Amino acid sequence: MVQFALPKNSRVKRGKTWPKPEGATNLRKFDIYRWTPDDGENPRVDTYFVDMGTCGPMVLDALIKIKNEIDPTLTFRRSCREGICGSCAMNIDGINTLACIYGMDEIKGDVKIYPLPHMPVVKDLIPDLTHFYAQHASIMPWLETKTNRPAKEWKQSIEDRKKLDGLYECVMCASCSTSCPSYWWNGDRYLGPAALLHAYRWIIDSRDEATGERLDELEDPFKLYRCHTIMNCAKTCPKGLNPAKAIAEIKKMMVERTI
Amino acid sequence: MADVNRGNRPLSPHLMIYRPQLTSISSILVRITGNALIVAGTLIVWWLFAAATSAEYFAMADAVMTSWFGKLVMLGSIWALWYHTLGGVRHLIWDNAVALDIPTAEKLGWAVVVGSFVLTAITVAVL
Repeated sequence: MVQFALPKNSRVKRGKTWPKPEGATNLRKFDIYRWTPDDGENPRVDTYFVDMGTCGPMVLDALIKIKNEIDPTLTFRRSCREGICGSCAMNIDGINTLACIYGMDEIKGDVKIYPLPHMPVVKDLIPDLTHFYAQHASIMPWLETKTNRPAKEWKQSIEDRKKLDGLYECVMCASCSTSCPSYWWNGDRYLGPAALLHAYRWIIDSRDEATGERLDELEDPFKLYRCHTIMNCAKTCPKGLNPAKAIAEIKKMMVERTI
Repeated sequence: MADVNRGNRPLSPHLMIYRPQLTSISSILVRITGNALIVAGTLIVWWLFAAATSAEYFAMADAVMTSWFGKLVMLGSIWALWYHTLGGVRHLIWDNAVALDIPTAEKLGWAVVVGSFVLTAITVAVL
């Protein structure tokens, strides 16, 4: 349901401004969302100053520097630092992306960092992705077959394999789904761009033998059809994928199989 | 860890912090113009209804509809009608699963915005 205002316990307050590092000449200001379950307070935005002269180029470099040198309580997920694990997805400068591959030179002015939008917050920049993962599991993200297992592997032609390009690269960072207004308002029932991109990845896999069942599963006013082609998903995907197109392809298959 | 204060978790900010995109703004405008046209449609029905009721009632309704404010609302409605139509055409194109890459989608977005103003100007000039 559309609800523009945040619930009372979620309203963001002005937080504290941390002292500037001494002797630094090239300072950059960071406004970062903070919330901890421990003190019963509302979320707040803290301000940090980072010496860019001694900081790496990516937003994640700055976050790690803040955690190491200014405030060890700042909490965020990160792992691979090269855009392949999807852990450090967050809202940076108004769009969802991976902190590890988003350069600070792409941002004008102060750097504003929030957790992925419209998600329950576990702590600071860490959203609870339980529901998001459950939706992914619901589309059966595996090969479904009925024929007997071949002696070696399930084979696929080069042309059929090409159909998976632009789909298999998804790292499930949740940037797209949490950028989608439809997912904000109807995320309980609408599967969202990430899960639907994965659904399409299995629907068009030439080796998969459950295409009809997969489409049946999506034939629902909410699961698929809450997509209104707003395209925030494709615009924000840090891997340059296009969930909006994958969803349009599913909708098209739905029509084609009835005519 | 998993169960820490689960019931009291805040909802992270969304609309208020998300940067507006050409694609998202041109999308919500389709919905806004669609709803505004319901109001415009109701006004026109009321105008016709007044004409069928009595001369005095029509004179009153006509005065409202042709006042500067009424004209402004109707001008806005002409734009809304064109915008909504072009937005609908854009959806028809997208329904073929084409023109969904970001550069093309953004070109279509501008085409809808610019096109709606150009067609409004032409409509006003013809009327």
